[in-house]
Amino acid sequence: MSDETPPNNNGDYWRANLRIVGILMSIWFTVSYGCSILFVDQLNKIQLGGFQLGFWFAQQGSIYVFVILIAVYVRMMSKLDKKYSSKAD
Amino acid sequence: MDVQTWTYIIVGLTFALYIGIAIWAKAASTGEFYVAGAGVPALANGMATAADWMSAASFISMAGIISFIGYDGSVYLMGWTGGYVLLALLLAPYLRKFGKFTVPDFVGDRYYSKTARLVALICAIFVSFTYVCGQMRGVGVVFTRFLFSEVEGPMLFGWEPITWGVIIGMAIVFFYAVLGGMKGITYTQVAQYCVLIFAFMVPAIFISVMMTSNPIPQLGFGAKVTGEDVYLLEKLNGLSQELGFATYTDGSKSMIDVFFITMALMVGTAGLPHVIIRFYTVKKVSAARVSAFWALLFIAILYTTAPAVAVFARTNLLESIPNKPYAEAPQWLKSWEDASLIAWLDKNNDGLVQYTKGDAFVGKPSFSGERGNNQERLLTNSPTDNANELYVDRDIMVLANPEIAQLPNWVVALVAAGGLAAALSTAAGLLLVISTSVAHDLVKKTFAPGIDEKRELLIARCAAAGAVIVAGYFGVNPPGFVAQVVAFAFGLAASSFFPVIIFGIFYKRMNREGAISGMISGIVFTAAYIIYFKFINPSANTADNWWFGVSPEGIGTLGMIINFVVALVVCSFTEAPPKDVIDMVENIRQPEKEGEELSVVDH
Repeated sequence: MSDETPPNNNGDYWRANLRIVGILMSIWFTVSYGCSILFVDQLNKIQLGGFQLGFWFAQQGSIYVFVILIAVYVRMMSKLDKKYSSKAD
Repeated sequence: MDVQTWTYIIVGLTFALYIGIAIWAKAASTGEFYVAGAGVPALANGMATAADWMSAASFISMAGIISFIGYDGSVYLMGWTGGYVLLALLLAPYLRKFGKFTVPDFVGDRYYSKTARLVALICAIFVSFTYVCGQMRGVGVVFTRFLFSEVEGPMLFGWEPITWGVIIGMAIVFFYAVLGGMKGITYTQVAQYCVLIFAFMVPAIFISVMMTSNPIPQLGFGAKVTGEDVYLLEKLNGLSQELGFATYTDGSKSMIDVFFITMALMVGTAGLPHVIIRFYTVKKVSAARVSAFWALLFIAILYTTAPAVAVFARTNLLESIPNKPYAEAPQWLKSWEDASLIAWLDKNNDGLVQYTKGDAFVGKPSFSGERGNNQERLLTNSPTDNANELYVDRDIMVLANPEIAQLPNWVVALVAAGGLAAALSTAAGLLLVISTSVAHDLVKKTFAPGIDEKRELLIARCAAAGAVIVAGYFGVNPPGFVAQVVAFAFGLAASSFFPVIIFGIFYKRMNREGAISGMISGIVFTAAYIIYFKFINPSANTADNWWFGVSPEGIGTLGMIINFVVALVVCSFTEAPPKDVIDMVENIRQPEKEGEELSVVDH
């Protein structure tokens, strides 16, 4: 693979890729470490049906968000791939 | 029909199915053996990944552990699923684009070093082995309880039932992993996912309806108890406090420890070799991303149900056992006592089962072989000085749950089949990593580059066979350290693999010297901390002595940070990597070209 010259898009593709991953990873961090661990006591004061909100995030909410994050990632990346693969030709 | 007959029927049928699939999908080339010819549809690959990912630990143990530690159990839920996000966003697409079979392949090429390849190879084999042993043990537990109970079980050729359980499990895995390779394993895992998720959901839904009148377990454990005006979680918190346990929704670990353990589990999970290899079994990078989505969706179904099952099981246990006479205890308590996974030591001779915080006695139960006044199995363990009299192995909660809730016998049998499916699917995936590592990375890339495909396939099959036998041996005779090592494999993976792969993709300037010194310092620090607190000086293993209040379970996170820092420092003082390596990294960062597919012939 290394003997091919990479198509020249001046690293735009890579920068766009990093931006997507960066945004998604910061949501990932906020939900798991923020809502479920660091601020769990504050959120537990809020009641969501029979759940305390912090506890709900730790055992349910964070997992739902993870699934959504990957779904969004798949969509955005396939859009990005389309945009740049047509340019490379 | 009784539970045992149902179990024979259901387990027998599922095993026949797995073998049938293995014969249908027999591998003919090394490409098919290693990565199923890279031609598995994304949806099927997602299911197979989910089955691969969810081991006996996820199916059998996780809900049980959560049910004993409440909020603290969130570290496993978030750690294992959040790690998957790391894998899908930061590692998998790039490794897939790189187009080699294994992590050692990537490390070896990216850091232009046979040493680095060898270090990564040893880590991969070590992690896989500790895992496989755990799976085989899970198979043994299911067989002991459901197919023959230990007390009256057949002693064939002087071997105990649990030994026979492991041997049967070994034979099945051997058959389809050695014959079918990745192709056989993938399609078997699709079937196993269906079996295990069905087996997990059916009792959960039944119990959710019974306890809260809500058929969706994820909502049920936040609902009100049937016929009472109190939320289930409030009721459980009340019961826990009454009996002297920690409040269920609060837990008892410190915040920093929960933080570090979650991080170590996430990062460690992302580096698991048997899951990474899954991303090579689809045709394109875009398909790898789609299959990652399906996989996490399928995993999430079980992972969001598990905490609900934990709450149901805990509430049932606390309602039905404490302070009631042993003689009138439900049948499941006695069945599991016969399987040596529950024990009762009547400390105050009142015939009632006292259940509260603390260990009932020192160590695992060892039975004297005699029965006491209440027909309980007598113990030879020395009692502790607290009031607790009951020992409950955490692993039994999921398996016992249908019996505790008095569900029909076929549901109980179904759960046994599900547990076996979870254990076997993960074991097969791991065995494949071991055989690939040996045949491809060790023999072909290191010792005998000239061998032809037929020989390589033969070596891969022999390696898989050898690995099955060794794993089976440790499944029957688990050395004391295996259980502990499994728990720490994550920390070790976090502190060694993860930073090296991240740098390899995201930091072009990272060189051989930085990567190797980072890996070594990370893993040595983590291993030393764990060995000190777990083996050399276990009595000092308390929060006061831990660095920054971080337990050995979470120390991998600190090891990872050390790895990052050392690698960066060393890298800045040493020579930049050669031009062709930088080109290689550049290539990984480009979009996939039309028609560019992983070719499996030329490797």
